[in-house]
Amino acid sequence: MFAPTIIAEVATARQNELLYFIKHDCGSCHGMTLKGGLGPALLPETLSAQPKDYLVTTIMEGRKNTAMPPWKTMLSHDDAVWIAEQLQSGEMQPTELVKNKPSTINQPGIEQ
Amino acid sequence: MFRLILLSAALLWSLNTAARGTGDLGIVIERADGSVQIIETSTNTSLGRIEGLGDLSHASAVYSRDEQFAYIFGRDGGLSKIDIINKKLVKRVMQSGNSIGGAISQDGRLVAVSNYKPGGVKIFDAETLELVADIPAVYGNDGLLSKVIGLVDAPGQKFVFSLWDADEIWVADLTNISKANTKKPKITKFKDIGRNPYDALITPDGRYYIAGLFGEDGMAMLDLWNLDAGVKRILDGYGKGEQKLPVYKMPHLEGWAIAGNFAFVPAVGRHEVLVINTQDWTEAGRIKVHGQPVFVMARPDGRNVWVNFAVPNNDTLQIIDTQSLDIIKTLTPGKGVLHMEFEPRGGQVWASVRDEDRIAIFNTDTFEQLTTFAAKKPSGIFFTSRAHRTGL
Repeated sequence: MFAPTIIAEVATARQNELLYFIKHDCGSCHGMTLKGGLGPALLPETLSAQPKDYLVTTIMEGRKNTAMPPWKTMLSHDDAVWIAEQLQSGEMQPTELVKNKPSTINQPGIEQ
Repeated sequence: MFRLILLSAALLWSLNTAARGTGDLGIVIERADGSVQIIETSTNTSLGRIEGLGDLSHASAVYSRDEQFAYIFGRDGGLSKIDIINKKLVKRVMQSGNSIGGAISQDGRLVAVSNYKPGGVKIFDAETLELVADIPAVYGNDGLLSKVIGLVDAPGQKFVFSLWDADEIWVADLTNISKANTKKPKITKFKDIGRNPYDALITPDGRYYIAGLFGEDGMAMLDLWNLDAGVKRILDGYGKGEQKLPVYKMPHLEGWAIAGNFAFVPAVGRHEVLVINTQDWTEAGRIKVHGQPVFVMARPDGRNVWVNFAVPNNDTLQIIDTQSLDIIKTLTPGKGVLHMEFEPRGGQVWASVRDEDRIAIFNTDTFEQLTTFAAKKPSGIFFTSRAHRTGL
């Protein structure tokens, strides 16, 4: 038995838009490097321990009585899942680029 | 002989450099690259770039009174002093973990920085950037530190600022405090001013300090000529009974958009610019605009007010006529219009268009774009004329 890894399905072009969105729009409160500002830091150290659904709900619905707004008018559910995964992993790269990184393909001794 | 020519050329060059004035200079923050461009408004060109200034997202700047130096407040807590004539970094200190803005004192000798982490204000010698005073924003009974916003200078060698978490306004008096005399500043605190002040401004005469409230509809006003009267609420409940929209970007209250007896401020969570009657501080009207306003800035003559907007409407600028209160022009320079700066006499306005990596310069009468030039993810634009204005 193994738990299936659920990866949000978001096209690469959209992923690039979302990365820009994280950096500049989330970043206007959480800092461009996500180390925090008016809003808390969004680094994997703290976010990786949170349930992904909780982060997705926070992104889509906002947090009452705080400055965090609901983003569901601008983001789809899949967008939010993908953003949550990026924040938790700290990777911040489009998945297809990660998959195709030279270091992970065609390595000698590894069967593709 | 060749050496002599080189030497005289170098001498001439240095004389030229030393001789130039700075009244038509300014800087453009390049937020993602940690750099600033030095620009000149007489020729609408860039003169060069200074790099290595850290995380400049949300960075702002103030000027020395001789307009040779700019102090840049970075998000990462870096405070940088740059020489805009010789285009070089003079000194840089990491003064906190996370900062939001700063101010320069009335006498030009002190530079103050407001910090999120650790929450408070630090005050530095403007010459050397040595620490002169540290004001932790302690509130409540548990020693908590509040994030500090809306820091401005005020007449009488004062700094005024607001505490986001604590709902307080503090006035710090720095009279007779310097690096040679580092005694504790006298602080006057005003509590329960309203929930979550998000930014503040001071009127150009230095009399009224007004903080916008994120947590309630209204603004908190302090008359600095009459501190005993305390903080008053103005525009109380301007949106009563209406559903607030989500706020995708905090508005700014930089400067003071004022024309005749009217002042113009962004509404929080509404697609409106609020008009205040400055005679009695009551609401004089509301103007429906294209999105949530971020900066509401008056042309220096006060005839028009220019407004930019939060995401997803940040590709647009709207211009309001302050006599009719009508929107007379809508421009769409491109995605990510983050900031505007008027030339001191108002003929041209510079706008940063972040997502197109460029600066656009407009004629403020015809609204024509006069020119544009490349800048890397530009945000704040700051001209040297700020050196002589209280609160900027």
